Amino acid sequence: MSAGTMVKTGTMDKVDLKTLISVTADTIAAHADELTALDQAIGDGDHGLNMKRGFEAVRAEAEGFAAKPLPEALKAIGTKLVMTVGGASGPLFGTLFMALGKEISAEPDRANLAIAFGKAIEAVAVRGKSQVGQKTMLDVLQPVHEALLRGKTTAEIADVADNAADATVPMKALRGRASFLGDRSIGHMDAGGRSVALLVRAVVESIEGHA
Amino acid sequence: MSNVGIVIVSHSPLVAEGTADMVRQMVGDEVPLAWCGGNGHGGLGTNVEAIMGAIDKAWSEAGVAILVDLGGAETNSEMAVEMIGEPRAHKIIVCNAPIVEGAVMAATEASGGASLREVVATAHELSPS
Repeated sequence: MSAGTMVKTGTMDKVDLKTLISVTADTIAAHADELTALDQAIGDGDHGLNMKRGFEAVRAEAEGFAAKPLPEALKAIGTKLVMTVGGASGPLFGTLFMALGKEISAEPDRANLAIAFGKAIEAVAVRGKSQVGQKTMLDVLQPVHEALLRGKTTAEIADVADNAADATVPMKALRGRASFLGDRSIGHMDAGGRSVALLVRAVVESIEGHA
Repeated sequence: MSNVGIVIVSHSPLVAEGTADMVRQMVGDEVPLAWCGGNGHGGLGTNVEAIMGAIDKAWSEAGVAILVDLGGAETNSEMAVEMIGEPRAHKIIVCNAPIVEGAVMAATEASGGASLREVVATAHELSPS
């Protein structure tokens, strides 16, 4: 598959938003226990359950979201996540989707997606008062953004996300509950980063299957 | 009421309610006060909807100071302020202060008719930075 096929004008017609909502909710549900275990190791242990609650709430209203133009749909999904995920992840993942919706066009090509994604990551960084290298979801979002900009294939982008999540293991947490542990946060994967990797893989594999 | 309102946001409803009790002991009903805690599903955590409700309850035209415990409470409170939006958002400030001491000190300051800026400054003095 060529790099340009990941998202192009009209892709959202081929891979409809309802499918993307369904595959992302599926992957979060399938990995909820794993996410919770990661969060139990160095956080407050509610990440899997919180994310599952949020993505199931989005799934429950998938029809309504899918009926909206993409920017409005993403903003509404972000708001739903803010209201349902709870914990710090609610505002962070919610902001990611809300900001993406604010920046993306109704029929995004890859360039538009890359720019919108970059702006959404900036919004998440502001919301979390965080930056790359602090063992957070940003440490997966940023490499995915770079892979998008560099024209990587969908399969490569999913691998970039997984590798980035793995790369949070040796990091020392500087934000969030895990930062209270200091050096003891080293040796565990960041749960938020793992969630991002799961979502990225679900989305790109869904797009790859249809493009 | 013209005094600045105080909102207490903890991951634990018991902590939030207990903190509010301590505030009431100091200032009685002279300060609009509201608290929220818990994830809305019976567990520990904070949620944006409950925070927005608490801000409504403690609303004062003089503004509202929010006292929070851990990171998620701060992030969710900032999100709640953003979702409330203008014209009220600029009159709501999330304080960087210990939740119990901050709430009691801020409320005491507010009960004397201090401005939002003064109330927040009083709370911030408790945080070494």
